[in-house]
Amino acid sequence: MSGWTRKDLLGLDELSADELRIILDTAKAFKGVGERSLKKVPALRGHTMVNFFVEPSTRTRTSFELAAMRLSADVVNISATASSLQKGESLKDTALNLEALRADIIVLRHSSAGASRFLAERLKASIINAGDGAHEHPTQGLLDIFTMIEKRGSLEGAEVAIIGDILFSRVARSNIYALNKLGAKVTLVGPSTLVPKAFEKLGVKVAHRIDDILETADVVNLLRIQHERQRKEYFPGIGEYIKLFGLTKARAERLKPGCLIMHPGPINRGVEIDSDVADGDQSVILEQVTNGLAVRMAVLYLCAGGVGLPS
Amino acid sequence: MSQEQLETLLVMDADAIRKAIRRIAHEIVERNTDLSRLVIAGIPTRGVEVAKRILDHIEQIEGVRPEFGVVDVAMHRDDLRRRGRLTAVVPTELPVDLDDRVIVLVDDVLFTGRSCRAALDAISSFGRPARVQYAVLVDRGHRELPIRADYVGKNVPTALEEKIRVRFENLDSVPDSVRVVRAVKS
Repeated sequence: MSGWTRKDLLGLDELSADELRIILDTAKAFKGVGERSLKKVPALRGHTMVNFFVEPSTRTRTSFELAAMRLSADVVNISATASSLQKGESLKDTALNLEALRADIIVLRHSSAGASRFLAERLKASIINAGDGAHEHPTQGLLDIFTMIEKRGSLEGAEVAIIGDILFSRVARSNIYALNKLGAKVTLVGPSTLVPKAFEKLGVKVAHRIDDILETADVVNLLRIQHERQRKEYFPGIGEYIKLFGLTKARAERLKPGCLIMHPGPINRGVEIDSDVADGDQSVILEQVTNGLAVRMAVLYLCAGGVGLPS
Repeated sequence: MSQEQLETLLVMDADAIRKAIRRIAHEIVERNTDLSRLVIAGIPTRGVEVAKRILDHIEQIEGVRPEFGVVDVAMHRDDLRRRGRLTAVVPTELPVDLDDRVIVLVDDVLFTGRSCRAALDAISSFGRPARVQYAVLVDRGHRELPIRADYVGKNVPTALEEKIRVRFENLDSVPDSVRVVRAVKS
């Protein structure tokens, strides 16, 4: 197994299967910390992490914040509205100022694809991509995969369906890259406007009816319909979407008994998924949130850890 | 141009290691009358292997096998930045209730004492054991903290720039051995 030598986590596309496994194994160890009476370890004592969120987010930001606190790092939060980006300062200048304040880790959420790479190439600090446009959201992909492996043991040969707004989804992209590397079989499901055939180039199947995958899927990962990114021409209407792609109670009953139901949140109850299904036995939606903390602790530990993990 | 070469000196062979671990097992049994309260917990990676072997010997001697544990210290080290290299973290495995337990913490080499300090921190984040004892295969000296071992397989005086290399057949595919390794200019 090769070691971990990266200072940044920008996406899962560039990681090897071994690197993915190092993160997942490390996350497994850190998950145990959350179950102790004292939920804090000194690993990143003296490190400063800046949560720099140019796009709004509650769960990812909070998850990174708690992860850093459990590792004993100091945390500062900056949101778009509170930063000088509002006053016209460029991303690079804001980041250089953060570095001048001796930030060791910058967690960046930005509306432009490649924003985190832009900073990673210019700053000494570790840059963790917490979502860049429609490009990647690596820690979400990792926590989805961590949850699947925890529940199933392995991903080799697993049928994973990702359903919904793939075109605009960084979560879908990070999932696809990592699932392919770990041996899962991915099917993307959604209207042809949101799941164009071009995605087949990534080595996945494309389906335009949720009914096609219900009986065969081992995992269904439902994506949120991103109202803020939709335009009329992509999207017929909520009613039609539910009819064609919503995981209703009737459809959920056709799933295999052990099939996992996942959702990165926030849920539009009654749109992508029926309320009863989201709260049902097969749903691991809240476990994903718990696992997100462990995965982010692992990523912070590995990226902040200096020269790297020897093989 | 001088080139560095490694000079190694064998200080324990497979037989010496087996005898030292067996003696430690006897001493643990002698000091701890109630084996049902005992947890033999190794520090990864090779401390875990020493702990397993101590357990095997205790089982042979007394016919009962105390509980096994793993105490991860990687995430409890506070010198990540100084060392500049990462250690893999692994899950800690300890009994849920530590209150009346006696933990024998096991490592292969005792050097600065910082791993032991980190292990004690890790244990205290799980609970409050009645007592913690410390067993090591090799004590090489050079403590940086006021820590000592209760059970020592062998004291090996070393120079600071030397290293101790412990190898176990089942982990490293070479015969069990403890060597002092030193770089010499040639």
